[in-house]
Amino acid sequence: MHLHKYEKIWLTFGVGSLALFLAIIGFAAFWKGTHPQSHIEVIDPQNVQAHESFKPENLGLHEVADGKYIFNIVASAFNYDMGVDADGVPVKTIRVPKGSTVLYQITTIDVVHGFNVAGTNVNMMVEPGHISRFETVMKNTGEFTIVCNEYCGIGHHLMYGTVEVYE
Amino acid sequence: MGKGTSKQQQASHSDSEVSFKGTFIAVMLVGVFILVSWFGLYALFLSR
Amino acid sequence: MSTNELIIPKKDSKLYMSFMYVTYISLLVGGLMGLLQTLVRSGKYTLPFNIDYYTILTVHGVILGLVLTTFFIIGFQFSLMGKTVGMTDKQRKVAWLAFWVMVVGTVMAAITILVGEASVLYTFYAPLRAHPAFYFGLAFVIVGSWIAAFVNFRQLYVWKKAHKGEKSPLLAFMVIINMLMWFIASLGVASAVIIQFIPWSLGYAETINVLLSRTLFWYFGHPLVYFWLLPAYMAWYAIIPKIIGGKLFSDSLARLAFILLLLFSIPVGFHHQLTEPGIDPTWKFIQVVLTFMVIIPSLMTAFSIFATFEETGRRKGYQSLFGWFKKLPWKDVRFLAPFIGMVAFIPGGAGGIVNASYQMNALIHNTIWVTGHFHLTAATTVILTFFGITYWLVPHLTGRRLTPKLNKLGIIQTYIWTIGMTIMSTSMHIQGLLGGPRRSNFSEYAGGEQVATWISYQVSQAVGGTILFIGIILMVYIFIQLTFFAPRGVEEFPIAQESDNAQPAPKFLENWYLWIGITIALILFAYTIPVFDILKHSPPGSIPFDWPIGR
Repeated sequence: MHLHKYEKIWLTFGVGSLALFLAIIGFAAFWKGTHPQSHIEVIDPQNVQAHESFKPENLGLHEVADGKYIFNIVASAFNYDMGVDADGVPVKTIRVPKGSTVLYQITTIDVVHGFNVAGTNVNMMVEPGHISRFETVMKNTGEFTIVCNEYCGIGHHLMYGTVEVYE
Repeated sequence: MGKGTSKQQQASHSDSEVSFKGTFIAVMLVGVFILVSWFGLYALFLSR
Repeated sequence: MSTNELIIPKKDSKLYMSFMYVTYISLLVGGLMGLLQTLVRSGKYTLPFNIDYYTILTVHGVILGLVLTTFFIIGFQFSLMGKTVGMTDKQRKVAWLAFWVMVVGTVMAAITILVGEASVLYTFYAPLRAHPAFYFGLAFVIVGSWIAAFVNFRQLYVWKKAHKGEKSPLLAFMVIINMLMWFIASLGVASAVIIQFIPWSLGYAETINVLLSRTLFWYFGHPLVYFWLLPAYMAWYAIIPKIIGGKLFSDSLARLAFILLLLFSIPVGFHHQLTEPGIDPTWKFIQVVLTFMVIIPSLMTAFSIFATFEETGRRKGYQSLFGWFKKLPWKDVRFLAPFIGMVAFIPGGAGGIVNASYQMNALIHNTIWVTGHFHLTAATTVILTFFGITYWLVPHLTGRRLTPKLNKLGIIQTYIWTIGMTIMSTSMHIQGLLGGPRRSNFSEYAGGEQVATWISYQVSQAVGGTILFIGIILMVYIFIQLTFFAPRGVEEFPIAQESDNAQPAPKFLENWYLWIGITIALILFAYTIPVFDILKHSPPGSIPFDWPIGR
């Protein structure tokens, strides 16, 4: 099999570029810990309240330390349960100051859902029996729409919320 | 139709006769496009 | 060395054409659904008769992604086998069986979807439950395609026995690679459908392991897209050179590229599951590395194609740096349509590398960027090449000619497609980067600036979608002309020859045991431990859900 001189250069360049990409994402993953969410922890989808994080009173946003938050959500067709406010009204918007670290924890009681804080790197599949968990720093201010981005049924596009990051 | 004497045919497999300079420039442009788009999007990922 | 080209008898033509009829009916139906989707998502149009958006979306995905592609590919590949290694009467009979089994499956699935009993999209993720007829329909389509695969294997085997010591014709070799990949990969989705979905949808099994079903699906789902791409590569490597008046660049390198595609297309499904909670991150990363390996044969292909163009042009005497490029047959639609397909694969491929880049996947996962991505790769690269094949294959089979007038219409069709897709796909890519979700009916969500921006891009997608639908109508018109009305004549079946002094292909390229062995070894390496983990750490299974899809 004969490889032309230019093809050798091209393939070296191409494979080199791929190796460079892998080196960058591999370094980010295994040295800096920037993995996509992969929590492995399982839960009974019929009884998510048994888990501390998903008890009705623990849903929604909680400040656990200065600038550190936990945000617990239970997804179901076609709603994100983010707890209730002081008046008992379901929460649809959460607000955090810029630069805060937020741990998103979410699970589903029925079908597969998505959870994307659109415009941020919080983008997870939510599957029955599994806990999706992702911690990130909210670097940019603005209103970010939470959307269900995995098809969950005829009301799929009606599943949303808002994360507001203020200065 | 690409038919020639056997001497010319021989050329197709030696690096000197038929020039693949244009091909080389074209594929390298493709490579540069891949690099630019990947790094651009990686920067966007990091900024979020 | 010249390959023996056979004459395709009428009986065979009829078989191949049957696959083409289903292809172009699917194009019309699926395309109409696509148009409706883009119109609905613009926010300015609602579907009549209470038709659900997601029913339309399921029809679009199943009919175009699974039916159109599979029928075209199997029909085209049969014609390649018939042309290069021949088809016996017995093989033709079994091939007809494959066709009808696939048709029965398609009709079953299509009816189930249309009556609203299977609005589960073409990925049919559990625990959404469709009517059992949907899963049975899918199983029939897959089994039918297996019958076709085994006919192809048999065709080459018979030829090899009669041509001891000769290397198989390049196109036959490529078909076998594609069908091997398809067979090995579809074992995954078939086992999910037969072992998991069917008993569960019938109520014999109470629960389903969701993560396992998704893993089996994506074990199939990535090779699926390569199953679409490889026939396009067949045309690029072995047919386009003939159309432009040249020869094969390198028979051996083409074979090597196809072998690499077989090896690395399958053990990579996790790159579709990067943002899933239940899979170990290290195994995700390992499959990302394997995914990057499958890019290499495409890099080789890029070089081969440009080199074919340059070599052909230079032999014709165009000596300037890019003179050969200017002199390509731009007015021949058999070349132009696949060529634009090749160009689309540059941003398509680059986007694919981004998608597979591990944590970076969060940037685009399930956003409409992904839809934009596969409308470049599948709906431009692959489909324009399939159109390019249609322009000569159909008249060749029907004994008609691609007239200058039809050629011109084809060129117009190609430009319409290019313009429509550029508008639609670009706005999908941008909207996706801004977070806009895929697979979603029109929605204003909580309102606000972000959502308003998404909707503005959805309006441009509707413009692109409308242009594309005009392209579809034109293409179906051309197909009908080529099938029934074009003047009688002889249209060439273009197969490129090797240069007379090409180096002989190394024997190991046709060592099927070796390649199948490595393929299986790579699959076992990539999947054994993670699948074992999934089974060992599985949560309680999921009961079926019917009401979310309106059943």
